[in-house]
Amino acid sequence: MNMYRIFRAIEEIDPEVYERLDTRRQAMKEFAHIGKKLSFAALPIALGAMLNKAYAQSNSSASVVDILNYALTLEYLEATFYSMGAAQGSGLIPNSADLTAVQKISTDETAHVNFLKAVIPQLGGTPVNKPNFDFTAGGTFPDVFSNYQTFLAVAQAFEDTGVRAYKGQAANVMSNSTVLQAALDIHSVEARHASKIRQMRRANGFSNSVKPWITGNDTGGIGSAVQPVYAGEENTVQAGIQITGIGGLSISANAASEAFDEPLDMQSVLAIANLFIKS
Amino acid sequence: MKHQQVHISREDTLSQPLPRRAFLRYAGLGSASLAALFMATSCKKNNSSSPASSTANLSNDDVGILNYAYALEQLEAAFYTQVVQTPYSGISQVELAMFTDIRDHEIAHREFFKAALGTSAIISLQFDFSSINFSSRSSVIATAKAFEDLGVSAYNGAGVYLKTPDYLTLAGKIVSVEARHAAYLRELVMVDTFVDSDVVDSNGLDMSRKPSEVLAIASTYIKTKITSQLP
Repeated sequence: MNMYRIFRAIEEIDPEVYERLDTRRQAMKEFAHIGKKLSFAALPIALGAMLNKAYAQSNSSASVVDILNYALTLEYLEATFYSMGAAQGSGLIPNSADLTAVQKISTDETAHVNFLKAVIPQLGGTPVNKPNFDFTAGGTFPDVFSNYQTFLAVAQAFEDTGVRAYKGQAANVMSNSTVLQAALDIHSVEARHASKIRQMRRANGFSNSVKPWITGNDTGGIGSAVQPVYAGEENTVQAGIQITGIGGLSISANAASEAFDEPLDMQSVLAIANLFIKS
Repeated sequence: MKHQQVHISREDTLSQPLPRRAFLRYAGLGSASLAALFMATSCKKNNSSSPASSTANLSNDDVGILNYAYALEQLEAAFYTQVVQTPYSGISQVELAMFTDIRDHEIAHREFFKAALGTSAIISLQFDFSSINFSSRSSVIATAKAFEDLGVSAYNGAGVYLKTPDYLTLAGKIVSVEARHAAYLRELVMVDTFVDSDVVDSNGLDMSRKPSEVLAIASTYIKTKITSQLP
């Protein structure tokens, strides 16, 4: 993982990031230090925690345009991923119904890219360029476009991250009801995709336990490489109300966690996305 | 435990917006305290001189929108409770497990809104599911799919009317779970229909409906009279 890449991406979204931290140099030093002590999978969380400090005092610093460009970056990631996957055809995706599903998701993600590219200039902004991607994530998923199981694992991680990313920004775009409406309408489409990908993973025998919804912080059998995507999803307390056993009813902790998807902040999402961004 | 219907005076509760601080303070109470509060509410009902209300009113504010969500969650929870109680003939183990999960999610949503709204909550609604054949797989999954797609469009359409950021985030936490349900049920009806054009447009945007549109559709299944000042 290239830490500089992550900072560069954050810098692009928020040019003042280093003023929020002490200095760029200090940030690098701090991060390199953390990196020595933690596993690969835990790095995004550590980065998130560090940046949370920086953003704590100025939570609403990102403008609506910044947030839309952040969304555009994520949509570029998904659109490129599915279009490359669909292009492999039956070589990657053996059954035709699944290939159709991937093509449909690809169409939606490309539509999201085009939609955001059209909206951002209307708000006086400039759409960010499409990044260069490495869908192997630096070798973590070397067979992502030749092994269907790997492809669907990465797809699930992208969709579940996308759902959390939009959810995390909804309250930050409330000032513009048109943007909020669009964000909400994209958000639930990402959730439909996530559900379908999870169903496909189960139907193909890649996991016999994964469900269309997220249970606890379970990766659905993918493993530690995508654990940061699910950090915090195990929450069972909403607005201070314990959902497990609520109302004296037999609602299990698993059901309580499944019933509410959790948002993810911009820094944590970018830390995940940047595992797949070359430049 | 089945909660008895709580009839409370509309005038002294719903006319006032629920202050966020009060919501959070109330929300912070444990379930024991919640039970005590419900008992207190019931007593108040018995002692109250105001006429017992059999109508649910949705005010044009955040409390009204939360009550609107509460009404929809009551509808879904009641439906899935029936589905799991009297499973359709030939239901597979996996399908029964999934319907049980969905039922629990909807009950969790319903109970969450009830607890969060406290004394501002509308009454427990009565439903009419006579148009649904619970012994038929196709009737049940078609209805379930319709409810989930309706729920997604309802949350998507209500978001822009919410004033309190925390409520918007909470609605967001729920709507994506409804969308996961919807995509599961749509696939049960027919494969590869999870984002068909009846729900997702050419920009890749999901459908949103105003509360008035949603209530008109849902009213087929709701016996209790609902009055709404929502858009």
